[in-house]
Amino acid sequence: MNVMEYSAKEIFQQYGIPTPEGYMVTSPEEIQEVLFPVVVKAQVQTGGRGKAGGIKFAATTEEAKQVAGEILGMDIKGHTVRKILIERRLNVDKELYLGFVVDRSARKVRCLASAEGGMDIESVPKDKLFSYPFHLEDFLTTEAITKMMDILGLCGIHNDPMVALTERLYKLFTESDATLVEINPLVITHEGELIAADAKLVIDNDALWRHTELPPVEDEYTPLEQRARADGIAFVQLDGDIGVIANGAGLTMATLDALRSVGGDGGVFLDLGGTDDPEQVKKAFRLMKDAKPRVILLHIFGGITKCDTVAIGIRDVLAEECIPAPVVARIKGRNEDLARQILKDAGLIAAKSLQEAAQLATEAEGGAC
Amino acid sequence: MAILVDHDNKVLVQGITGHQGQYHTQAMLNFGTNVVGGVTPGKGGQEVHGKPVFNTMEEAVDATGANSTCVLVPRKFALGAVMDAVNAGIDLHVVITEHIPVHDVMRFVRAALDRGQRVIGPNCPGVASPGRGKIGILPDNIFKQGKVGVVSRSGTLTYEIVNSISEYGLGQSTCVGLGGDPVTGTSFIDAIAMFEEDPETKQMVLVGEIGGSAEEEAAAYVKEHIDKPVFAYIAGRSAPPGKTMGHAGAIVSGAKGDAASKIAALEAAGIAVAVWPVDIPRLILGEL
Repeated sequence: MNVMEYSAKEIFQQYGIPTPEGYMVTSPEEIQEVLFPVVVKAQVQTGGRGKAGGIKFAATTEEAKQVAGEILGMDIKGHTVRKILIERRLNVDKELYLGFVVDRSARKVRCLASAEGGMDIESVPKDKLFSYPFHLEDFLTTEAITKMMDILGLCGIHNDPMVALTERLYKLFTESDATLVEINPLVITHEGELIAADAKLVIDNDALWRHTELPPVEDEYTPLEQRARADGIAFVQLDGDIGVIANGAGLTMATLDALRSVGGDGGVFLDLGGTDDPEQVKKAFRLMKDAKPRVILLHIFGGITKCDTVAIGIRDVLAEECIPAPVVARIKGRNEDLARQILKDAGLIAAKSLQEAAQLATEAEGGAC
Repeated sequence: MAILVDHDNKVLVQGITGHQGQYHTQAMLNFGTNVVGGVTPGKGGQEVHGKPVFNTMEEAVDATGANSTCVLVPRKFALGAVMDAVNAGIDLHVVITEHIPVHDVMRFVRAALDRGQRVIGPNCPGVASPGRGKIGILPDNIFKQGKVGVVSRSGTLTYEIVNSISEYGLGQSTCVGLGGDPVTGTSFIDAIAMFEEDPETKQMVLVGEIGGSAEEEAAAYVKEHIDKPVFAYIAGRSAPPGKTMGHAGAIVSGAKGDAASKIAALEAAGIAVAVWPVDIPRLILGEL
């Protein structure tokens, strides 16, 4: 889960990490006559908002209201801006980068720091990047901290506050089950203060159950994706017009790839998972129906469960749910011939191979009911 | 020989009295696995399919001499269950449970590796060596004993590929499901290195997907260290960036971890990459 900047900054403050004074608004009228000059920042679940015109400065209340009016409702990479953050503009002396991220390959946490804040960390040259992996239960060693300070070009008065801030940020990382926490830029002001001008926080979706203190997910998913999450179904809306239901994430991806290979275009990724629970299958088809695909491609590899059992379940669900799109099915595994016959009798288009199914789905017209 | 699972594995099932635990204990026994018992706290003294149930891993290992475990407990208990198994001195932990918080995974994987133990998973189907046994939930009827070593990040997609290998008259030495999470106890490189050492394995198949850099790392490793032929399939060629495609680990971040870069890295290492999953056996036989 991506935590929005204004929420992440509230969490930062709880951990004693300074952020600029500010407040969130949803309309220009809420802007107060304080903190000027200010920065007006779009709150959206995507990067690149600066380039898209989602961050602007204002010197007066009038100017702030005008800028806020322009930013609110703006579309940034498919995300509509509904909230903006108004913050006191900082007197920037230096911009740094500091972050912690899960390093998949190393199975460790990696601390990243750079004196070149404000830019994409991926594009910082290696010799200017502090990159230090360590076990989740550990922290930076004394030598690692010395090296980090060296790369950041910090010494003297900034040393102790920077160490304290790094420790606090890591405490936040571990206590909130984060997979990424990032301050970019971490500003050193003319007054010599360290302030997190931006805040990026990503929480492990699989750990949300033990973090009721966190703010709810905002704007990250479409309404149908939200519903699927509540139903416990892996569901992603894509740009194409063919909805794919398969069992298993890898198989679902491979099915979408198969469509691409024959010139079709997947519109929904729906992973049924290991279930043959009729209620779950029903929920899956209802979600798919509401996503309004032109065609549905069902792809099941019957491992443990027999294919005919799966086919009967699908037939019964389709008898109850009127699906106004043709359904192409490829079902493989034990008793697949019987399964194909059951699906054919139920009005589905049954295919033997994935390639055939992908082709039939790309060409299919009409509806199952 | 095979890798990870052979005739000498003595397997405990953690969570044996649950619905999944009971079902898959029977399935493992049917496959020829030496399941010696299981653990469910508070249910010690019961039996499941004639196998003793213990309250703790320590008791279970003392009584049975088990060296392997199949973890089928709910995710809230997974960290505790694996740590119990680590402390009981288990050599091989196969963690089937999905949706375990990644911080918990980092904790138990580190604890196991520090003691020289191996973790497969989490969020994986397990390991099967046809003719010897399986630890996990892989279906029984798709396998055929043979010479192809299969290693994968997915479940059913792997079954499809394994099944096509069997239908084509080839077979498998061992099939290893690494799991679909961002952090897993065993990597492609670990499995490939084991297959290289295994005299029974003649070819290897790597089934990868978008997200992370494990495939790229494996490609570099194959180029440097592997003599046996390696074939691959990568899922997620059509996946857009920024979307988690079912598996927690399957996400393209910016331009990183996309299928094109993985396929390019594999091909640069001399690994043939199949366009269709079922093309794998024909690639192995040189028919494509």
